[in-house]
Amino acid sequence: MSSTELVFSAIVLSAASGWPAVLLPPRMRLGQWIAVVMNVIGCGLGLAGVWSFLQSRASEPVRWQSPLAGFELSFALDGLSAFFLVPVLLVCALASIYSLQYWPHVARGVAEESAANARRVSLLLGMMTAAMVWLVFARDGIGFLFGWEVMAVSAFFLVAAEDQYLETRKAAWLYIAASHFATLCAFGVFGLLYSQTGSMAYATLPTSTSTAAIAIAVLALVGFGTKAGLMPMHVWLPGAHAAAPSHVSAVMSGVMIKMGVYGIFRVASFFPEIPLSWGVITLVVGTVSAILGVAFAIGQHDIKRLLAYHSIENIGIIAMGLGVALIGRAMHQPAWVLLGSCGSLLHVWNHALFKSLLFFGAGSVVHSTGSRDLDIMGGLSRHMPATASCFLIGSVAICGLPPLNGFVSELLIYLALFGTIQLPPGTASASLTSTAAFAAPGLALVGALAVACFVKVYGIVFLGAARSEQASKAHESGGAMTGPMFVLAGLCVLIGVAPMLFAPILQSATSTWVAADADMAASMAELKLAALAPLATVSVMAAILLIGIGAGTFFLMWHVRLSPTADTWGCGYAAPSATMQYTSSSFAQWLVDLFGWALRPKVHRLRIDTLFPKDAAFESHVDDTVLEQVVGPMTRLVRWLFGLSRYLQQGSLQAYLLYILVIVIGLMLWTSRA
Amino acid sequence: MFEPISFHSAIHLLIVLVFPPLLLGVINRTKAKFGGRRGQPVLQSYYDLAKLMQKDCVFSDTTSWVFRFGPVVGLVTAIVAAMIVPLGHSSAPLSFTGDLIMFAYVLALGRFFTMAAALDTGSAFEGMGAAREATFAVLAEPVLFLGLLVLARTSGSLKMSDMLGDGAASGWSTAAAPMLLIVAAWFVVTLVENCRIPFDDPNTHLELTMIHEVMVLDHSGPTLGLIVYAAAVKLFVFAGLIVKLVLPFGSGSALVDWILFLIGTLLVAVVIGTIESVMGRLKMSEIPKLLIGAGVVSLFAVILLLSNQ
Repeated sequence: MSSTELVFSAIVLSAASGWPAVLLPPRMRLGQWIAVVMNVIGCGLGLAGVWSFLQSRASEPVRWQSPLAGFELSFALDGLSAFFLVPVLLVCALASIYSLQYWPHVARGVAEESAANARRVSLLLGMMTAAMVWLVFARDGIGFLFGWEVMAVSAFFLVAAEDQYLETRKAAWLYIAASHFATLCAFGVFGLLYSQTGSMAYATLPTSTSTAAIAIAVLALVGFGTKAGLMPMHVWLPGAHAAAPSHVSAVMSGVMIKMGVYGIFRVASFFPEIPLSWGVITLVVGTVSAILGVAFAIGQHDIKRLLAYHSIENIGIIAMGLGVALIGRAMHQPAWVLLGSCGSLLHVWNHALFKSLLFFGAGSVVHSTGSRDLDIMGGLSRHMPATASCFLIGSVAICGLPPLNGFVSELLIYLALFGTIQLPPGTASASLTSTAAFAAPGLALVGALAVACFVKVYGIVFLGAARSEQASKAHESGGAMTGPMFVLAGLCVLIGVAPMLFAPILQSATSTWVAADADMAASMAELKLAALAPLATVSVMAAILLIGIGAGTFFLMWHVRLSPTADTWGCGYAAPSATMQYTSSSFAQWLVDLFGWALRPKVHRLRIDTLFPKDAAFESHVDDTVLEQVVGPMTRLVRWLFGLSRYLQQGSLQAYLLYILVIVIGLMLWTSRA
Repeated sequence: MFEPISFHSAIHLLIVLVFPPLLLGVINRTKAKFGGRRGQPVLQSYYDLAKLMQKDCVFSDTTSWVFRFGPVVGLVTAIVAAMIVPLGHSSAPLSFTGDLIMFAYVLALGRFFTMAAALDTGSAFEGMGAAREATFAVLAEPVLFLGLLVLARTSGSLKMSDMLGDGAASGWSTAAAPMLLIVAAWFVVTLVENCRIPFDDPNTHLELTMIHEVMVLDHSGPTLGLIVYAAAVKLFVFAGLIVKLVLPFGSGSALVDWILFLIGTLLVAVVIGTIESVMGRLKMSEIPKLLIGAGVVSLFAVILLLSNQ
C-alpha cells in the first residue's frame, strides 16, 4: 500500500474505533477493547505510511472534486506533515492503551453515568485522532479547517467528560470560546489566501509586504498561537488541561497544541521572504511565554495545572526557535534557519514525548490517591516505583538536562541564538539582530526555573514521607498505564543519547517549509545539521555521563553494603511528623514573591490576635493574571454593553408593533430616495 | 570531535582530581590568619576526605535510592564540567562547539539531584535548603550566560577553550570595560554557586542559617565525602574560570602556564577567604538584590559591547 493509502486507513480506523463501544451495552468491556485495538492498529498503519514516505520521499496527492460547491480537496504528505504526524499517531495510540485502566468502561461510583461517559470518551478520542491526522494530511484550507473544527469540538466534549463538576464545565466553556477564536482567525488566514492566490490550496504568496500578507501573518500568529498556548492568549490552557481526564490531557498537551504550531509553520511556508520584524516579534512572544509560563507553573499546587503551565513554557521555547529561524531567513543566514528550525521542530517531538509521559504519570498518581493536590502527597515512590522512575525521567527531560532529549533541542536553539551575537558589526540591521541574543539568558532563566519547579513536583509527590492517609495507601498502577510510560521514557533516552538518527527528518522538514524562498533553500541544500551542531559529541557526552554515573553508583553501593538505618536527623527534635516537611507552596514561596508582579498570589489567612492559641488557617493560590485582570473585565464589559439592548425588550406587543412600523417606514423612505 | 587524548588531557584530569581540596585548606587558613589563629593544616581537607571514606554511612528510613544516587551525580557532573573548562595550559579535553551550554546544564543536572536527595529525607531543614538553592540558581544562571555572550562575541567561537583563551585575550584589548564588568559578575556567581559568604556560611552549623550545608545535613561517611569532594572540584572549576578570564595570556611553556594557573586559583581562594573574614552573610531578603545587581551589571556589559561596535 502506498503511504497515502496507509494514512487514509489510519484516519478511517481511528474515527470508527469508538462506534462499536457506543452501540454495545455500557458495561461490556469488549467495546473498549475493540476501540483500543482499532485505534492502535490505525495509528500503527499511519506510522507505517509515514515510514514508507520517508523511504521513498514521494507522495501521490489524492484529489477529490466536490460535486456541489465546485471546490477540490487534496491530500498529500510532505516533509513537514510527515514530521508532525509521528507524535500525533504515537501519543494517541499510547493514550488509548492507557485508557484501558485509567477510564475503564465499568461503573465507577455513579453507575450508568460513568459508563456512558467512558464510551463517549473512547469515541471522541478516536475522532480527535482521526481529525488531527486529517488536518496534517490536508493540502488545502478547506480540508485543514474541517479537520481543525472536528478536533476542536471533540476536544471540548473530552474536556467536559466529568461535567458534573462546576470547575470542569467552566474550563470547557473557556476552552471552546478560545478555540473558536482561533478557528475564526484560521478562516481569516485561508480567506485572505484565497483572495491573494485564487484558491484555498497551499501556495506561495506573490509578496510578503502587501497588507493582505501582513494580515495573514498576524492572524496566523494570533489564531494558531491561541491554539498553541502562547501568551497572552493562553488563558484557556491551564483550566482545560487540568479538568480533562489525564490521558486526554496528555493528548491535548502533547499533540493538540502542536497543531497550532503546525499551522504557524505551514503559514510561514507560504511567504517567499520574511521581514526582520516578524522574527523578532515571534522571538519576543516566545521568550515572554516561556518565562512567565514557568513562573506561573511554580506557583501552582494542582499537579495537572502545573504541567499545563509547563506546556505554555515549552510552546514558548518552540516559538523562540521559530523566531530565530525567521530572523535567519530575513538576514540570509542559513545556519540560523537550520539550527533554529531544527531545534524548534525537535522540541515539538521532545515535548510531545515528555509532556505525555508526565501527564500519564500524573494520571497514575491521581488514580491511586484520588486527588490532584500536591500538598497531600509524599513518599509515593515507595508504593509506585515504576511511575516514580518514569516521572523522574520525564522531569529530567523537561528541564533540558543532559543526557536526555530536552537538552538536544535546547542546545540547537542556543547555538542559533549565540550565532546572532556573532554577526559582524557592519552588517545591515546588525544591532537589532544582535539583541536577539538576549533570548539566550532568558532561556537559561527558563531552564533554572524549570529545574526548581520539577524538583519541587518530584520531591513533594514521590519523595519524603506521606503527608496524608490517601498518600500512604497508594498503590502502583497496572501494566496498561505503566507500559506507555516506559515506552515514552525509552524514547526520551533514545533521542537524548542518539540525536543524529533524527537529523535527516529534521532537515527534510526544515527544507519543506523554507522551500518558498529559493535563495535560502539553495544555500541550505549544502548545509548539514551534523556539521553545524555537535550531535555526535552529544552522544559521546551522554555516554560519558551515563557510564560515569553508573560506575560511581556501583562503587558507592559496593562500598556501603551494610549500612545501619535510623530516623532523619531533625536537630534532636523529639517528635517529627510528616506534616513538618516542606509543602509545594513553601518550596516555591520565594520564587513566587520574586515574580509577584506577574503572578499576584492571593493569600487567605485567619489571624490569631488574642492572647491564647486558637485554630488558624492559611491558604494561598496563584490564579491566571491575564484571565483575572484582562479577559474577565473585558467579558464583563461586553456583557454590560449587550445588556443595554435589553431596553428594547419591553415585553409589550404594542412596542414591538411600533418598532416594525418605524423600520418599515424608514426602509420605504430609504429605498424611495435611492 | 575532541582534541586527541594526549598527555595534556591526562595532566588536566590528574590536576582536577588531586588539586581541589587544597583550595578549601587555603580558604580556611586565610580565615584563621584573619582571626589571629594558627589555623588547621593546609592539607586538612585531604585528611578529612580520607577519614570520611573509611566510615560507615547511616541512611534514614525515609530515604529512597535517590538519596544514595544524588552525591554520585553531583561528583560525576562536577568532574565532567571540569573536563570541559580549559584550565592551565592548553584547551580542555572535552572541547566542542557548544560546550558552554553543556557546561552550564551538566552543573544544573548535579544541582537537580542534590536538591532531590535533600527533599528525599522528609525533613523541613533540607526542604528549606533546597528551596533557597533553587531560588539562587534561578538568579545566577542568566548572569553566567550574559558573560558567555560577551566572550562569544569577542572570540567568534562557541568553544569554551577558545572563548577563555584567545577570546578573553582579544576581549581585554578591544572591549576592556565589558570584560571588567563580567569578571565582577562572574565572581559573584562563583560565590553563589559554591555557597560562600555573603550568600551562605559554610561554617555555621545552625540549620536555619545554612543552605548548602543543610541540604547535605543527613549524609554521612562516604556519601558525605563525595559531596565535600564534589564541592571542592566545583570551586576549582569556578576559580579556574575567573583566573582564565583575568589572565588569558599564555607563555610558551606548559609547565609555567600550569604553575601560574594554579597559583592564580590559590590567589582566588585567598580572596574568597578574605571576603569570608571581613563580611558576614547577608540578610536573606538582601541576597536577591545582590544577584539581580550582578545580572544588571552583566546586562550592561553586553549592551556596552554591542553599542561599541
